[in-house]
Amino acid sequence: MIPELGHFALILAFLLAAVQAILPLVGAQRDDPALMALGRPAAIGQFAMIAIAFLALMYAFVVSDFTVSNVVENSHSAKPMLYKVAGVWGNHEGSMVLWVLILALFGALVAVFGGNLPQRLQARALSVQAMIGVGFLAFILATSNPFLRVDPPPLDGNDLNPLLQDPGLAFHPPFLYLGYVGFSMAFSFAVAALIEGRVDAAWGRWVRPWTLAAWCALTIGIGLGSWWAYYELGWGGWWFWDPVENASFMPWLTGTALLHSAIVVEKRDALKSWTILLAIVTFGLSLLGTFLVRSGVLTSVHAFAVDPKRGVFILMLLALTIGGSLTLYAVRAPALKGGGLFAPISREGALVLNNLLLAIAAATVLTGTLYPLALEAMGGGTVSVGPPYFNAVFMPLAVPLVAAMAIGPMLAWKRGDLPGALGRLKAAALLTAIIALGTLYWQTGGPVLAFIGIALAAWAFFGALTEFADRIRLFRAPPAENWRRALGLPRSAWGLTLAHAGLGLAIAGMVGTSAWKSEVIERVGPGDTLALAGYELVFDGVERIAGPNYSAERGSVTVTRNGDTVTVLRPEKRWYPVARMPTTEAAIRTTLLSDIYVALGDGPDPTGGWVLRAWHHPLVPWLWIGIAIMALGGTVSLTDRRLRVGAPRRARGNAAGGHPQPAE
Amino acid sequence: MRRLLYLLPLAVFGAVVAWMAVPLITGDDPRDLPSALIDRPAPDFALPGLPPADGLATADLGGEVVLVNFFASWCVPCLAEHPLLTRLAREEGIIIHAVNYKDAPEAATGWLVRHGNPYARIGADRDGRVGIEWGVSGVPETFVVDRDGRIRKRYTGPLTPAQVEAELLPLLRELGR
Repeated sequence: MIPELGHFALILAFLLAAVQAILPLVGAQRDDPALMALGRPAAIGQFAMIAIAFLALMYAFVVSDFTVSNVVENSHSAKPMLYKVAGVWGNHEGSMVLWVLILALFGALVAVFGGNLPQRLQARALSVQAMIGVGFLAFILATSNPFLRVDPPPLDGNDLNPLLQDPGLAFHPPFLYLGYVGFSMAFSFAVAALIEGRVDAAWGRWVRPWTLAAWCALTIGIGLGSWWAYYELGWGGWWFWDPVENASFMPWLTGTALLHSAIVVEKRDALKSWTILLAIVTFGLSLLGTFLVRSGVLTSVHAFAVDPKRGVFILMLLALTIGGSLTLYAVRAPALKGGGLFAPISREGALVLNNLLLAIAAATVLTGTLYPLALEAMGGGTVSVGPPYFNAVFMPLAVPLVAAMAIGPMLAWKRGDLPGALGRLKAAALLTAIIALGTLYWQTGGPVLAFIGIALAAWAFFGALTEFADRIRLFRAPPAENWRRALGLPRSAWGLTLAHAGLGLAIAGMVGTSAWKSEVIERVGPGDTLALAGYELVFDGVERIAGPNYSAERGSVTVTRNGDTVTVLRPEKRWYPVARMPTTEAAIRTTLLSDIYVALGDGPDPTGGWVLRAWHHPLVPWLWIGIAIMALGGTVSLTDRRLRVGAPRRARGNAAGGHPQPAE
Repeated sequence: MRRLLYLLPLAVFGAVVAWMAVPLITGDDPRDLPSALIDRPAPDFALPGLPPADGLATADLGGEVVLVNFFASWCVPCLAEHPLLTRLAREEGIIIHAVNYKDAPEAATGWLVRHGNPYARIGADRDGRVGIEWGVSGVPETFVVDRDGRIRKRYTGPLTPAQVEAELLPLLRELGR
């Protein structure tokens, strides 16, 4: 009964989305307020219906209703509750329901909080949002119904892919989808503005929070995915340039560019048609990501079921959505009036450089991801070009991008003073030099590129802090004055500092683990000792244990340093009998400066020995900390008064702390 | 002229979509790919081993029917086909040689320890030259080499259980007779 309710709710959502797609748009063309006003209740209703469907599916998973084929294929009664819930989106059909749920959520948010939007813009944006909804709901109902029944029901389910039974991955897809689908809002506003033929500073202010929210979610999603890959998939690798990872990375790159170019639209009324194009491209890349993952055209460990029919459907949706909007762009964008002029050396100029480099980076990743597809189209099969390509093309782009990142915020709008900006960065340059020389002194090994990488990371980090110190007049005014200024700074300034400094930390983590990791690999028996980066690892032996839906061999490794016991690590090799798949659970000890990472290999051999593999990953915790700080920066910036969605404009002088908001 | 510039994104997008649509709509199975080397002797090559495994050279082929699998530790599809190769080696007793393609030796040995080693001999092709000789377009690719050292079949992309049951095992049985 409940699955049927969910199915009906999806059909109702489809009908509501159709209403929302057509009537407000017609209303906006005919200037009919009644028709335009329909968009808001329709958006809220559509969200409510999809939420009912989603909850119905979740209920089926939670109670292990094995009359539903989706539950049979992806769940098992012995599976822990967390993964029963996560199983809802751990499969193709359920993840598509989550996709439209988030799409409708964003539409409903615009309906609820968009009271101070111009009615026409809101109506059109909601219409465009609903058009995407119509397409994807039709896709679910036609090719991927999650509520299909099986008769007779089997006794138990087939279990979720054990690799996906992991806390990091349980929350990875929702964040990733919040990011992907969140960019639909920027897209809808961009298309609405094209229909309207007008882009102004208010538009920029409206689009930015949605983009920022989507960006934060995507950053967290990518971070979680990378963390998962680090401890579950590999040998401590955190990024594989896998097509599915690239699919999330491309919208991140263009979304980051969009975030920055929307600032220019808002503050300086310039770069309008470029920003519109970025909004379309970013969402297009999100759809492309969905297509690549769902169609199975690219092989990946992450990929779900392969079904060409679904691929064709999503490709058609992609062609209609992006093709249509790009056609509109080609017709309307030339008429958009450019705003303020600026010199090449200026804040705008720096943001253009940022956009240019990010766009080229996205294009190179796209090329590397689609190249295997191109080969396939010419009859070459599914292959991977892998890191050799990406590292070679991506690094040369990242270096100038990060180098310019510290300088950009120091430049004034319209016309900047480059020598002056560099002069104010003297302290950062000095600290960077100290760190680079220190690295050179302490680490004799490692490639030259690693020192450049560490220097870049330090430059980004200290550059961001210097900019902040400059704003609060650190060392040039008494501490009380510093404090007062820091509190008075707009939240977006805090966001900038956090995000840029976070990226610096993340880069240090990437470089550290790539350049200076050390590993030992040996066949050991109980009592044997390995030496690793100043630690001694004593292998104590292996015991058999039973988990809820797996059995495991759990090793025990005592880590000591100069005779003192640091910790006991327990790496596991698990066997999931229902899915008939083994997984390897590495054991990790982190000191926030480095990780000790131990994995159990083949064993036991006839003499009772096991292959033990241990790594020392310097700086890798900074990678996750840096990503978290970046997302935090975005979130802080999101709370900026200027952007607070739907907050009525308060009188000046009434901000937190009673200080007038300083001009930026 | 300026208007044409605004048409550019649409044109690029159209090309990309057309490109992706071809294999989906024609429904061709591009995996079934003829190679210029089919029924010809395997190219001349000699690769150093990936310790502790011995290296691989043309002279090691022939005498028995073997598979030659091109793989790399950075290649995710290789990981996808790995359990299947392991099963073929352990349960079906098929000899599988490997060429480790454009890979760092420590990364490759680590990968093999972690996921198990189904390979008899492993040649380390660090710069990808032998890959060019064999005409591989990327990894993974798998070649069937018969008793006379001739290449009989090429698979691009990861092997699938269906492919193995329907084609590869019958082919190996036939060649082994």
